Amino acid sequence: MTATVTRPAPPRGTRRAKRRRISRQTREMWLLMLPALVPVALFSVGPLLYGIGLAFTDARNTRNRETSFVGLENFGRLLTDDEFWSSFKIGAIWGVSVTVLQFLAALGLALLLNENLRFRGVARVLAVVPWAMPPVVIGLMWKLVYHPDAGILNDLLGTDINWLADFSLALPAIIVVGIWTGMPQTTVVLLAGLQGIPKELYEAGEVDGATRWRRFWNITLPQLRPVIVAITSLDFVWNINQFGLVYVLTQGGPGGQTRLPMLFAYEEAFRYRMAGYASMLGLAMAIVVLAVLALYLGRQMRETK
Amino acid sequence: MRRFSQYVALVAYIVFLAFPLAWLLSTALKTPREMALADPTWIPRDPTLANFADAFGEQDLVGAGLRSLVVALFSSVITVLISLPASYAMARYRSLLNRIAIGWVLVSQVFPFILIIIPLFMILRDLDLVNTLPGLVVVHVTFTLPFALWMLQGYVRAVPRELEEAAAVDGATRLRSIASVVAPLLAPGVVATLLFSFISSWNEFMFALVILQNPDVMTLPLTLVRFTGPEGVARLGPLAAASLMATIPSLIFFAIIQRRLKSGLMAGAVKG
Repeated sequence: MTATVTRPAPPRGTRRAKRRRISRQTREMWLLMLPALVPVALFSVGPLLYGIGLAFTDARNTRNRETSFVGLENFGRLLTDDEFWSSFKIGAIWGVSVTVLQFLAALGLALLLNENLRFRGVARVLAVVPWAMPPVVIGLMWKLVYHPDAGILNDLLGTDINWLADFSLALPAIIVVGIWTGMPQTTVVLLAGLQGIPKELYEAGEVDGATRWRRFWNITLPQLRPVIVAITSLDFVWNINQFGLVYVLTQGGPGGQTRLPMLFAYEEAFRYRMAGYASMLGLAMAIVVLAVLALYLGRQMRETK
Repeated sequence: MRRFSQYVALVAYIVFLAFPLAWLLSTALKTPREMALADPTWIPRDPTLANFADAFGEQDLVGAGLRSLVVALFSSVITVLISLPASYAMARYRSLLNRIAIGWVLVSQVFPFILIIIPLFMILRDLDLVNTLPGLVVVHVTFTLPFALWMLQGYVRAVPRELEEAAAVDGATRLRSIASVVAPLLAPGVVATLLFSFISSWNEFMFALVILQNPDVMTLPLTLVRFTGPEGVARLGPLAAASLMATIPSLIFFAIIQRRLKSGLMAGAVKG
């Protein structure tokens, strides 16, 4: 196809003609981008910059717009706020454990679904369901599972525990729900990655007498690496920003044991109306998440080299 | 032996994925009397559809469903209409503006929503759009736009440039070649993006919670939460029934686009 079709010849002429052609292209591009650029600028980039600005003010989320610049005061308050640190810690535990566990579970499931097993179809269909369900419904559904009296979990385990109200069990309980929610999407992406690995590599490995484990370690993992890096980074960001699921399950309780940073920020902004402080919290979270991502991606890149 | 352990693992996964769903269904079909039993039953002894009817009586499910439908329809159509030309530009031109656009798509995924939603709430309040559906549509469009751009530009990239060039050689204008060559090939991608945006908006909770505080304008996810009651006391049957009903549209759409979404996600996330 490429052999028979040639690119349209550039119009002959002076450099000016060329420049005119380029500027026409640029105009064309601007025109095409404009319908998306305007709303993004007005309702996304604009508010984001405004939000970053708010972080350095004492703004209250009320109709009264009298605010003054307070510099790093909000940041100082954040550093000495025990509730923030506790929520930060919970966020870190949640973000890392959900991402890592859901990745390991998804990798296992993807490897299984890649094999020629029976019931594979059932598992593949089921893998899509949690993805399609509204997070609120997932939250309510698990509330029914965890329900102390009418729930099935206590009945299965023969226990009598109020899972979501228990100080030490609430966080693990919602982590399980987080994994249940995110695992399918990760599985689908990993499965697609697995299917993209050339079969010849495995055949060559088999000829060389490599064990299954060696083939997994020396062929599958390195070949899957770009997919793994992309999906775990995205999962981490999505998990850290999780809100609806946990809001429905526990509202941050008991006693703040499951109050993820997003819930904390939401309360500050819309219950206590501390717009400036909540914005600083959002900014701090953004910086931490970006730093973690940069470290992770940087390390991955160095290792690939 | 290996086969055996593989089957054990597969069955464990299937149980983990399926048992909350089975429990949701079971709860939705139970009578209040059976719900109160000390020993919960898996299979309702006396299955009833009464919970589905009760759910409508307990909350304004019809109204909430219609509002969710309107918001999701408007958001997804507007999202696709404005991201279509932009995604074409992102895939076909090379320039600074373009790289900024792609950068923004990535940045928008990383920044916590809270940083955007506080100022956005203030802006919408100034425009008197708080507690209105158009206000939520505006928010949902900006929230689904980055991913829609990402998906669509992947689909545009998949259309070989040579086809357009061939059309140009044959004397077609750019617009003509877009309309008759690119558009038909892009149709499946447009449908997938449309459905994806629709479901994102249909499922979305956090922005709706902030923008819609008046029960009369609440969308379906917000109304579902009201089933749990202010003190967490809830009639579990209607709650389960309503939850199931709210999932049906998503399930239908996902059944339709499952394959396409996978390839779209891959095109966006990995080849990037």
